[in-house]
Amino acid sequence: MMDEILKSVEAPVNENVPELNPGDMVKVFIRIKEGSNERIQEFKGTVIRQRNSGNNANFTVRRIASNGIGVERTFLTRSPRLEKVVVERHSHVRRAQLYFLRERTGKRSRLKQKFTS
Amino acid sequence: MLKGLIGKKVGMTQIFDEAGLAIPVTLIEAGPCYVTQVRMPEVDGYAAVQLGFEEVKPKRLTSGQLGHLKRNNLPPVRFLREFREKDPGVSEGDKITVDEIFSEGEYVDVIGTSKGKGFAGAVKRYHFRGGPKTHGQSDRQRAPGSRGSGTTPGRVYKGARGPGHMGFDQVTVQNLMIVLVDAERNLLGIRGAVPGPKGGIVLIKGARKN
Repeated sequence: MMDEILKSVEAPVNENVPELNPGDMVKVFIRIKEGSNERIQEFKGTVIRQRNSGNNANFTVRRIASNGIGVERTFLTRSPRLEKVVVERHSHVRRAQLYFLRERTGKRSRLKQKFTS
Repeated sequence: MLKGLIGKKVGMTQIFDEAGLAIPVTLIEAGPCYVTQVRMPEVDGYAAVQLGFEEVKPKRLTSGQLGHLKRNNLPPVRFLREFREKDPGVSEGDKITVDEIFSEGEYVDVIGTSKGKGFAGAVKRYHFRGGPKTHGQSDRQRAPGSRGSGTTPGRVYKGARGPGHMGFDQVTVQNLMIVLVDAERNLLGIRGAVPGPKGGIVLIKGARKN
C-alpha cells in the first residue's frame, strides 16, 4: 500500500533510453543549462555498470578523454535531463561490472563486438 | 491561523524538479484531521487546537474517548495531538486537509519519534572512538574507556555519557521545505529526512525559525 504511494510520485520511465547492457558503446545526449539558454551535450563511451532500482536507476559510462585520461559519468536513467541515449554497438562481456577496464589502456581495453540481429 | 497537521510517514524517494535535479523527498500521509477540541485560556489556562487523526473502529477506543469525540459528532480516531495556537481560525468539528494548511515552497518543522536502537554502546550512542584495533588488543575495540577521574572526586559525575538506551526519542527537524502537496491523496512531500520509521506518526508544524 505505502509502496504504491511512493511509486506514484516517482518519475515515469524515460522512453528515450533503450535497454542497455554492460559493454555497450553508447552516445548519451544530455540537456545542459548555461545561464538562460539550453544546449545538448554528447557523452560517448562504454557502459561499465548499471543499476536497476526504479526511480534511482542509473548507469555509468566510461570514455577515454584526451591524453588517455579515463572519464566516468553516471546518469540517472529517469532524469528529464537525458535527451536520449543511442546504442552504437554491443560487446561480448562476461561480467556485469566492467571495472577491469579501468586498469587497461590502449589496445588491451578493447572489447569484442557482439552482433545481435 | 492553525499551521499544523498530524501525519504518517510513508517513506522516502526522490523526485526531479523543473531543472531536472533529483531532490530527496519524504512522503507523509497528512490528514485529514478533525478538530476535536479548541482549548481556550479562560477555560483551560492555555490556547491550543486538538486534532484527531486516523479513523478506527469504535471498539478500539474507550467509552471516555468516544464520548469526547461525540461532543462534536466526530468519528473515532486513533491519535489526538494538541498544537499551541492563540488564533486557531478553525472551530470544533471541522475537518481539515493538507491543501488548506500547507502549500508548496513553505517551510515546516517535523516532529517524530526516532527509531529505537535498544541498549546501545557508547561508540554507537555518543560516537566514542573505542579502543585500538591492533597491537594485541583482545576485547577493547568498542570499549568506552574511563568514565571519570580517580580518588578525587571518587565517583562518576551524573550525566556522564555511557552505554544505555538509544533512540525512540522525540526528535524535531526544523526548516524542511514542502515540495509537494496532493490534496486528493492527502500527501505531503517534504525535502529531506524525517525522524521515525515508515508508518510512524509525525507532527508537521509551520517553521519556528525561518
